[in-house]
Amino acid sequence: MAIAGEVLRRNFPENVEVFDDSPSGSLELHVLAVDDSVVDRMVIERLLKISSCKVTTVESGTRALQYLGLDGEKGPVGFDGLKVNLIMTDYSMPGMTGYELLKKIKGSSVLREIPVVIMSSENVLARIDRCLEEGAEEFLLKPVKLSDVRRLKDFITRGEGKDGGETRDHKRKREDDYTSSSSPSPSPPSSSSLISSSSSSTASSASSSARLSKRAKLRKKD
Amino acid sequence: MDGVAQLQKQLVDFTDSLFQEGFLDEQFNQLQQLQDESNPDFVVEVVSLFFEDSERLLNELAKALEQKTIDFRKVDAHVHQFKGSSSSIGAQRVQKVCIAFRNYCEEQNIEGCLKCLQQVKLEYSLVKNKLETLFKIEKQLIAAGGSIPT
Repeated sequence: MAIAGEVLRRNFPENVEVFDDSPSGSLELHVLAVDDSVVDRMVIERLLKISSCKVTTVESGTRALQYLGLDGEKGPVGFDGLKVNLIMTDYSMPGMTGYELLKKIKGSSVLREIPVVIMSSENVLARIDRCLEEGAEEFLLKPVKLSDVRRLKDFITRGEGKDGGETRDHKRKREDDYTSSSSPSPSPPSSSSLISSSSSSTASSASSSARLSKRAKLRKKD
Repeated sequence: MDGVAQLQKQLVDFTDSLFQEGFLDEQFNQLQQLQDESNPDFVVEVVSLFFEDSERLLNELAKALEQKTIDFRKVDAHVHQFKGSSSSIGAQRVQKVCIAFRNYCEEQNIEGCLKCLQQVKLEYSLVKNKLETLFKIEKQLIAAGGSIPT
């Protein structure tokens, strides 16, 4: 009973087949990167490959859904069968925005457990909030750096979520303001791991919005 | 060895000047970090792609601003793309003009937009020129048996 877009299960050891073992024994994530910019696709692909990830890039949300077998109109399209462990999508794209893509993925029982990361050149808090509330794991400011990808990869591969007791609010990582918005679906374990992971990454991703605001301050360009 | 050392110095000095004059920013360094023995031409490739894409965008912008009734949302969409790609390769001066350009789009200021189009064309051709020179020196250095200092 092949389910289109088989997802990464959080219980790693039982699903080792999800990853290919590289010769060094480390696990390889397969990342689907969605961006309408041809330049950005090339950069993100390189960032991911140099971080030992397998990468598939597509230029739109529609294509992403087709790849994941969820395009609705034609029914599941045969895709190349490679399980996707992480989706990274640009926010501003013509047609379907990254946010709309995120909603579609989180709205799919088959795909909702795939972590989705939003990338944007614009540091708009309302936008960030909206994405995190909708279930995005992270919101990265463009241009994406190698350190962002490394941190992301660590987080995804460390994987095993803590208990499901953490609410979606904590995942929002705001220093102030934990508004209690009720989440439509149970928060995936991955949300808590980002916060309650090891001390080193807790410090660094302490409040991703702190990092984001700091970046906003440093970023005089925008 | 003398020739190589000289070329290396030329490369370092030239690169430094590009940063000092604001043509390039930190993102360009990030790109260089992504280049290695397995992908020795990454920077040239991505910059070439940027050139192609930019030329397309400049054409689109010129066309859009020639229309009798200007669709500012369309113009803005192109500028947004240009801002994004220039940011991705570290072309700081181009990116800055794009920011001003977007403001004029928002104000639906035709004159401002036209001025920015000229400015962005200029900045683009300047940085293109600079990068082509940079790549030329790198090529000479490698041909002389040297390696690009990291």
